Amino acid sequence: MNRAISWLALILAASSSSAAFPPRQASAGAPAASLLLDRVDANAIAGNKILVAEMVIRGRRDSRSVKSRSWIQGTEKAFTEYLEPAREKGTKMLKLGDQLWTYSPDTDRTIAISGHMLRQSVMGSDLSYEDMMEDKRLRLVYDATITGEEVVLDRPCWVLDLVSRTGDAAYASRKVRVDKERFLVLKEERFAKSGRLLKTLEVRSAKLVQGRWVAAEAVFRDVLKQGEGTVFKIETIEFDAAIPEALFTKASLRK
Amino acid sequence: MMTFLLKGVLRDRGRSLFPFIVVTTGVFLTVTLYCYIRGAELDVVRSNANLRHGHVKVVTRAYAKDVDQIPNDLALLGASAQIRDLERAYPDLEWVPRIEFGGLLDIPDAHGETRAQAPVAGFGADLRTPGSPEPGLLGLANILVAGRLPEAPGEMLLSAGLAERLKVGPGDTATLIGTTMHGAMSMTNFKVAGTIRFGIAALDRMGLVADIVDVRKALDMNDAAGEILGLSRDGLYRPDRLAAAAAAFNARFAGSGDEFAPVMQTLRDQPGMAMMFDRIRDVTNIIFVIFLLAMSLVMWNAGLVGTLRRYGEFGVRLAIGEDKGRIYRSLIAESLMIGVLGSIAGTILGLALSYYVQAVGINLAGVLKNVSFLMPTVIRSRVSAAAFFVGFIPGLLATLVGAGIAGRGIYRRQTAQLFKELES
Repeated sequence: MNRAISWLALILAASSSSAAFPPRQASAGAPAASLLLDRVDANAIAGNKILVAEMVIRGRRDSRSVKSRSWIQGTEKAFTEYLEPAREKGTKMLKLGDQLWTYSPDTDRTIAISGHMLRQSVMGSDLSYEDMMEDKRLRLVYDATITGEEVVLDRPCWVLDLVSRTGDAAYASRKVRVDKERFLVLKEERFAKSGRLLKTLEVRSAKLVQGRWVAAEAVFRDVLKQGEGTVFKIETIEFDAAIPEALFTKASLRK
Repeated sequence: MMTFLLKGVLRDRGRSLFPFIVVTTGVFLTVTLYCYIRGAELDVVRSNANLRHGHVKVVTRAYAKDVDQIPNDLALLGASAQIRDLERAYPDLEWVPRIEFGGLLDIPDAHGETRAQAPVAGFGADLRTPGSPEPGLLGLANILVAGRLPEAPGEMLLSAGLAERLKVGPGDTATLIGTTMHGAMSMTNFKVAGTIRFGIAALDRMGLVADIVDVRKALDMNDAAGEILGLSRDGLYRPDRLAAAAAAFNARFAGSGDEFAPVMQTLRDQPGMAMMFDRIRDVTNIIFVIFLLAMSLVMWNAGLVGTLRRYGEFGVRLAIGEDKGRIYRSLIAESLMIGVLGSIAGTILGLALSYYVQAVGINLAGVLKNVSFLMPTVIRSRVSAAAFFVGFIPGLLATLVGAGIAGRGIYRRQTAQLFKELES
């Protein structure tokens, strides 16, 4: 969840400032794809941030809501505490680099999530722990090509095809639509190596917070599941917040 | 004529007692074995029904479609009400809720850190409610290796093999990392109450059994059940009657498009079961036919020997002018009588023993105390309609064939040889 929010914040949050744009490629008016990715990464990855978010998980049978508060430092450190529902209250997760732990207050146990557990769903949502752990910058993992233009949410977007340049990426390729002015990913499809569509993301609304554009509401969907996707809503988000370093330790999970 | 021959058979024990005893014994063994084989088949059915499948099983349509994946997100909700309805509609069946699940079992060290971890496949059953049939259905007391059955909330039974691998025993705590019916990861502490050995490889490698209340809590399945099993109260599986019950039950929901509507499946309808039962039936039939052939040969031989022993008598009867055909026919009629009498006697004895073994059973609990695999501790036969006539195949036919073949010698009998034989 922390990474879900982190991911959304990283990928979807972008500066609204219109900095001078670097050299262009492809069709007339199109920027260089790699530099566009740099821009998306740069705008998405903030220093410290604290956010309260809600996940509405729309399953095959019913819908449930999970609320959490996350403290995020760059792409390497994140700490999440679940607030609702009562069953999940007090459950905490800590991400340090490529390691992930979860703490359950009922059992008073801290368990490292690794191996095939990473493919499990986070709180029953459409997001997997593997999605959470995918913290590398897009620019470092994918080669990008601008393939066209689209209008998403009434916003003009560049369409980028991303192909993994490393073998260990969770998704072999992606197709993303990036807001031309806000550098916010508004729509995305993620594919397996076989070309099979695995997950989709659609931003429903964006808002400006402390000079950055963030996706206020987005639907993330695992197309292999039969539900209607998970709606992520950011209730509050604070950038450049002071976060005590001690929070990002295993000891803090049991406090 | 027949009365005369029958009197001869009954009064002249010298020529009829031995064939009668052979036929009776052969038929007794045949009937007993037949009933035992059918009983063994029933035990296979019973084990499968009790452990996992029920004689019938009620699940949601969606669950039935993906049953191999144990999709607890598609479980039956409001299981208590559903069970009450089923008990009212089918009082001759016992209805029990079950939840199958998979996950990881995590063993903590002294500091609460992971010491060992292994995948588990378990199920939740009603183990603690007083009077619950589940401990008996699962035969837990018989397969307990160490410790005791769960008595308090949060206790579980672990397969002995897995417990050894994880180096845990009764009294130790283990954390089950599973998936709730909403798809979220769940962590629940269980105390190992005891270890068991099922005798089924998969379960012994990774098996776990806990009370369904604890499993529901662990998997966030409040009043839900993956499956509701229906088992006939007398333990007998009656496929035709249950198929009719299932068809009637399913017809009630035929008009509903709800993928979570309940559906009833008989044991035979469940994946892999029909093929397994058919194969078992084929194998047992082959075994029985081989036994039947062997027993027929014995009785045929008895018929041959019995006839050959009477060659002297035939010679005398021919010498005093009795027709060869008449002697042959009387021989066949006598063997028919011995066959019928022996078959009736053998069938009565075989059925009597089989009825006893069916009703009371032979309790091998003492002998099987240290046996480390799941097998019924009470051996039971099954008396079916076929058991009433199966003994007549070797008892009547083999005796008749034996006498018929040996009796052909009557036509080759030379009276001239008779006096030489009598002199010697």
